[in-house]
Formats: sequence, C-alpha cells, structure tokens
Amino acid sequence: MLSRRLERGSTSVALAFVVFLVLMTVVTVYIFWAKTWWFPPAINDIGNEIDAQFMRTLLITGIVFVAAQLGLAYAIFKFRDQGQKAASFEGNNTMEIVWTVATIVLFVGLGLYARNAWAEVHFTDAAPGALQIEVTGQQFVWNFRYAGPDRKFGRVKPELVSASTGNPLGLDSTDPASKDDIVSPVIVVPSGREVELTIRSQDVTHSFFVRELRLKQDAVPGMEIHMHFTANDPGDYEIVCAQLCGLGHYRMHSILTVMSEADFEKWMKDQAAANQ
Amino acid sequence: MVTHENGGGHGQHQPPSGFIRKYVFSIDHKVIGIQYLTLALFSVFLGMGLSLLMRLHLAWPNSHWFFFKGGLMTPEQYLALVTMHGTIMIFMVLTTAPQSGYGNYFLPIQIGAADMAFPVLNMLSFWTTFLSLMVMVAAFFVAGGAPIGGWTSYPTLSALGEITGPGQGAGETLWIVGLAIFCAASLMGALNFITTLIDLRAKGMTLGRLPLTCWTWLVTAILGLLAFGVLLAACILLLLDRIAGTSFFVPGGLVITDQVITWHKGGSPLLWQHLFWFFGHPEVYIAILPGMGVTSHLLSTFARKPVFGYRAMVGAVCGIGFLGFCVWGHHMFVSGMSPYSAFAFSILTMTIGVPSAIKTFNWLGTLWGGKIQFNCAMLFALGFVSLFVSGGLSGLFLAQPSLDLYLHDTYFVIAHFHLIMGVAAIFGMFGGAYFWFPKMFGRFLNEGLGKVHFWLTFIGVYCIFMPMHFLGLAGHPRRYFDSSAVTFLQKLQPVHVFITIGAIITISAQLLFLYNVIWSLIAGKEAKEENPWHATTLEWSIPSPPPHDNFGGLEPVVYHGPYEFSVPGASDDFIPQHLAPNLVRKA
Repeated sequence: MLSRRLERGSTSVALAFVVFLVLMTVVTVYIFWAKTWWFPPAINDIGNEIDAQFMRTLLITGIVFVAAQLGLAYAIFKFRDQGQKAASFEGNNTMEIVWTVATIVLFVGLGLYARNAWAEVHFTDAAPGALQIEVTGQQFVWNFRYAGPDRKFGRVKPELVSASTGNPLGLDSTDPASKDDIVSPVIVVPSGREVELTIRSQDVTHSFFVRELRLKQDAVPGMEIHMHFTANDPGDYEIVCAQLCGLGHYRMHSILTVMSEADFEKWMKDQAAANQ
Repeated sequence: MVTHENGGGHGQHQPPSGFIRKYVFSIDHKVIGIQYLTLALFSVFLGMGLSLLMRLHLAWPNSHWFFFKGGLMTPEQYLALVTMHGTIMIFMVLTTAPQSGYGNYFLPIQIGAADMAFPVLNMLSFWTTFLSLMVMVAAFFVAGGAPIGGWTSYPTLSALGEITGPGQGAGETLWIVGLAIFCAASLMGALNFITTLIDLRAKGMTLGRLPLTCWTWLVTAILGLLAFGVLLAACILLLLDRIAGTSFFVPGGLVITDQVITWHKGGSPLLWQHLFWFFGHPEVYIAILPGMGVTSHLLSTFARKPVFGYRAMVGAVCGIGFLGFCVWGHHMFVSGMSPYSAFAFSILTMTIGVPSAIKTFNWLGTLWGGKIQFNCAMLFALGFVSLFVSGGLSGLFLAQPSLDLYLHDTYFVIAHFHLIMGVAAIFGMFGGAYFWFPKMFGRFLNEGLGKVHFWLTFIGVYCIFMPMHFLGLAGHPRRYFDSSAVTFLQKLQPVHVFITIGAIITISAQLLFLYNVIWSLIAGKEAKEENPWHATTLEWSIPSPPPHDNFGGLEPVVYHGPYEFSVPGASDDFIPQHLAPNLVRKA
C-alpha cells in the first residue's frame, strides 16, 4: 500500500484553526457589541424602526455566525485524523427537513417582519399638507427648490440651465409660478413636520443619502421619485451621493439642516428676500 | 456512447504534433483548460495589482507614489481602477477559472469522456475570451483612459460619451465591446458544457453518480446560457445608444455641464439596471457554484467520508440556480423601482438563503465523524466554509429593503460580495489547484509553501473584508476617491489603513503561490501514483498527466457513486467509481 503521508491530521493545524476561528468570531462579535463603528442616532421614527429591525437581523445572523464558525472549529479539531475510522453515514433525511424548515421560517419570517419599515416609507404617500421640496442632482452638486408662498413649482427648461450664471435648474422666469421659487444648495426643514421630497437628476444617476434619516434614494434621469420623512431632532446632517456619478462623486456633498418651525419660517423669509 | 465532431472519435488517439496545434490552437480540452487557467492567473494578478493601487491611495491619500504622474492619483484614475478591477476580477477570473478552467479540464474526465462535445467550439470560446481580455485591457491605453463608470456601467453615465467624464469615450466603448465579446465566448462555452455533460457520460455514470463538481459545472453552464444572452443584448443596446443615436437607456431633457442633450429622448436608465442585474445576479452564482462543488468534493475526500446528503446538495445547487434568476431586483431597492416589486424580490432573496444554509449544514455534516486530513487542498476547502458563512449572512441584511436603504452602495456591500463571491470562490479554486495540480502536471505543489500561503491568505482576507462591514455601518459610500469632502468619513481613516495593511499581506502571499506554481512545475515532487489522494472519481484512474484522449481509447465503466469513502466491509477507505464490484477488496 501507499506510504502514509505526513501531517494527515496534525493537531497543531487543527489547533491553529480553532484559535483563528474563535479569535475571529470573538473579535467580530465584540466590535458589533461595542458598536465601535456604528450608524449615528436616527432623527426620525422610521429610523428607529429600521434600527430595531437591524438589531433583530443582527441577533439572528449573529447566532448563526457564532454557531457555524465554532461548529466548524469543533468539527475540525474533534475529527482530525488520529488513525480512527471515519463514519460511513451518507445523510439524514430528518435533519435535512428540520434545518430546511427552520431556515425557511427564520429567513422568510425575518423578511416579512421587515415589511413595516419599508411600507411606511414607500407604500404610503406623504400627507397632503407636507412641505414640498424638489431635490435635483447634477454633476457634482445637489440643489433644493422650495415652491415659495404660491406653493407651486415654476417651470424649468433644460435649455435655460446655466450653473455659471446662477440658474442651475433652468428656472423659466417667464412663468409666474417660478418667481417665488427658492433654490438653495443646502436643504433646511422644520422639525416635527412631514417633508416630501421629489427627487430628480439632470444628467446621470445620483443617490440622495442621509444617514440619520436611514434613507437613500437614487436620483434617476427622466424620473421623479417621491420620498417622505419627518425629522424630529434639530441639527446639521451630512448629505452624500451614494451612486457613482463621475469623477466628482466623492465630493458631491450637502447639508440637511433641521430647525424649529419658527427658525424655519425665518430662514424662508431670508431666502425670499435674497431672491428679490 | 462517445462520439466526436472531429471525425471518427476513436480513430484519433495521438495528439497533433505541431507546436501551434498542440499548445496554441489546441482542441484538446485539457490544453484549453490550462489556457483558461493561465488567462485567469494573469488576470487575477492584474486585478489584484489594480486593487493594491486603490488601497494604497485610500490609506495614504496624500502620499506620493512614483507610478502616478505627479505622484498623486487623480479621481478619474481611481475610478478607472475601480471599474477595471471589478470587470477583470468578475469576468476574467471568477467566470473563467472555476468554470472554463477547471471545468474544461476535469468535467470530461470525471464523466469518462475523451473530450468535450465540440472541441473546435471549445478552442473558439477560449480565443474569443482572450480577444475580449485584450479589448478590455486596451481601454487603459486610449485617450481618456479606462472607463470610470464602475463594472455595472449604469447609464446615463455610460451612454453619453466623454461629456460625462474622462474614460467614458473610447475607453467605455472598448469596455462594452470587450464585454459583448466575452458574452459570446461564454455562450459557446455554456452550450459545450451542457451538451458534453448530457451526451458524453460513460456507461454507468448516471446523474445520481455524478460528482458534485460536475453538478455545479452543469448548473453554472445553464445559468451562463440564460444570463449571458441577456447581457449581450444589453451591451449591444448600450453600444447603439452611444454610436447610433438610439435612446434605449437615455431619457430626454438632460443637461450635462450646461450642455443640453437634444439627440436623445424616451429611454429609461432603469431598463439597463434590469437587464444588467438579470445577468448580474446569476453571475454571482456562476462564480461561486463551482467553488461549492469543489469544496464538497474536497471535504468528502479528505474527511474520508461520503458527502452528507448528496441529494440535498444537488437539490440545493439546482434551487440556487433557479432562485438566482428570481432575485435580481434586490440590487435595485433604491433605484426607484416599484416598492411592491422590491418587497417581492426581498422575500425571494431571503428564500435563496435556504439552499445556501442547507449546503453549509451538509458541509458540517460531511466533516462530522470524519477522519480529517489537513493538506493544502483541504485547508482551503475548510476556509471556504468559514468564508461562505461570513459572507453569506450579511446577505440577510442587504436582502431587506428597509435595511438596504442605509447599507446600499456602502462598504458593507463590498464586504458582503467580496467575502462570498470573491474570496470564497477563489478559495474553492485554490483548493482545486492544490488537489488537481499533480494530476494536471505530474508534480505536486509544495505543501509547506502552500500552508504558509493558506494561513496568510485566510487571515489576510478576514483583515481586509471584516472591517469593511463597519465602514458600511458608519455609512461610508463605496467608490469614493477620498474622504476629504465628508466630515463623518474622516474619523474612519484608521480603518482604511488597517485594511490596506491586510491587503499588502494578502497580496504578498499570492506571490508566494505564484512562486510555488512555477517552482513546482519544474522541480515539484513527482506524482508517481495515479491516485495519490486515495480519491474516487475517474480522473484518479488515469496517469498524471492524462494521455491525449484521457482514457487511452478505452471507455471507462462506472459502478459506484462518487463519494464511497469508509464503506463498511471494504478493506480500503475508498472505492473508486470505476472499480468493478468483484474487485472491491473485502476487509
């Protein structure tokens, strides 16, 4: 017969596996546990709901992760070749059925449970009185437009777009509705009031992402996509572009400012005055 | 019944004598398999080199490097690296090595055939792939450089030419043409694989006796046949938008840097995303399924135990293949697609976790009660299981639209798909390399070097990709040239440095592998026995390397299942598939 090869079931290799898998698992679990790098606190109710779903998912995947990695480490160590005879079983139908059903229930159940957080953002429209703001992405800036006192957005025309002369959206000054429109490079919203965004793009696909709102939405050329939220906590929050849009993608950045209703009204007045 | 298109089949047992017919335009599946593996080896080092440049820049954005003009990388150079790293790794490495490389070499042998069903088509598909690589790499050398739109090449960024950015002119055109050629090559390969497996199986090689490697190559080929046709169509439409003035993907009224685009209207950027991901999601399984097959094969062989739940494994592979076509929408949760379809895609995606979990349970079941031998092939197979679990579980976050709203297009996604379709798939290929090298070249890879290679790589990839989850949780968007414009990114810089150090270690380990391959080809320990691993499948019943027509003109007959290890009553702990029942020695 063939000569016995070296290191068939070396204990040191098995131990190395155990040490590494245990260490990797512990460190990973610790960093998740300690929240060393984590999302910032949410500033809207839906954000908190999403976080709760995240934690549920983390719990389930965490248990599976630890069990599978440690199970693997155990099997590697326990069943290393020490000259024993291997078992000859080829499977176990009961076990196959049990873990198939268990994973279906767990995974699909988790997916169904996640429905609420998604539905609140996307299955329902904003309430009729929501503050309307139009968000336009263009290489490599965001512009935000408020309809002004008439609550109507004026007409825009592609051929009038001229970022260099201060008309980045191509606002048509011959349309009366456009007179009081306010265009701003930052977005300011009142706290506690629902806001509906109409997201569009002038050139390529961008993505509007505010971490604290737990919201991300592509701005797609040719489409007007609606998204709504109610921010509760005043403060400044960074807006980044999350969809590759060209060489300036990394610097396509703006600020969402959430302020009290009174401050917001004042801000609007200042903007309108500056617009005259 | 074994027949060949090159006339007579059993008449020809001699290899062609000329160098060109033997090694260049060869129609021998083994030579073609090695050609594919060589192409993939070249590509993996190229793709890895590109990623190293990205990592060096991300960790030390203000350091000067001699390989950049002026010492500093530009945003367009960075994005060109992003695009080409992804493209080369996904198409030229993860699609070619597992399927076209190992599959070409071992599928015919494992089913007892003398060659592929269509040897000339096989040669054509390799050289078409080669052409495709040349066309894509040429994008680096044209005016404007390589495209900056990422491997997903979303319109309208990709549809309007140079006006949207450097590299989006000639570079992007070459990229699309190269990809279209690759699609054609993959379609040819897929047809050949499916036909070969269905038609050329040896007597006794029933579907229930197919090695799991062959099952995964079959399902992968079916995925390729259905997916690459769609990508080919999408590429042609995108090309027409760019050069023929059509508007499949471009709506009207666009303004780019104050210039109105008047010659397009009526198209939809989402159409591209649907077509691309209808291909793109099955592509993930094209990359990983053969690795699953190899891993199952190695775990059974080196635990000296039958595969646990062979039928469940086959069912899971088919289930993954089928469901793989039903989940492409989970790449588009933030795209503006209907929220109702998003929810449906989400549930389907959660479902695909089930066959993946079944496979993991069965791998553990295969090890359970075994007699595990730690050679390099087995180490990589065990590493595969660990990586598959780590990379797969993050999919459960991304599959839920409400969570994906935050995680989409962040480093969390990079961590997820690199662990599962990148690194795990590559681990399958490394396992295959250490296992099959002696069969292919008659010499072993050096096990000592291989062990160092394994440990550095295993630890290294976890150091690279685990921290990326945390970058994603902190909201770090992917494809960012640097963190200068965003305040919350700046405190994440130490993580970038850590990841880059992990990358340098991992990449150094791959040089060790390259050295091992070259050294072992010349001076590696000779594989004198046909079956040094005491394995069961048919490739171990023939000399190393195998003769021109694999079985010396004989037609092998198969009597056993693929994983008859430690069978009670037999004296050896393995029963080769071709061993007649009366020759099995009793204990």
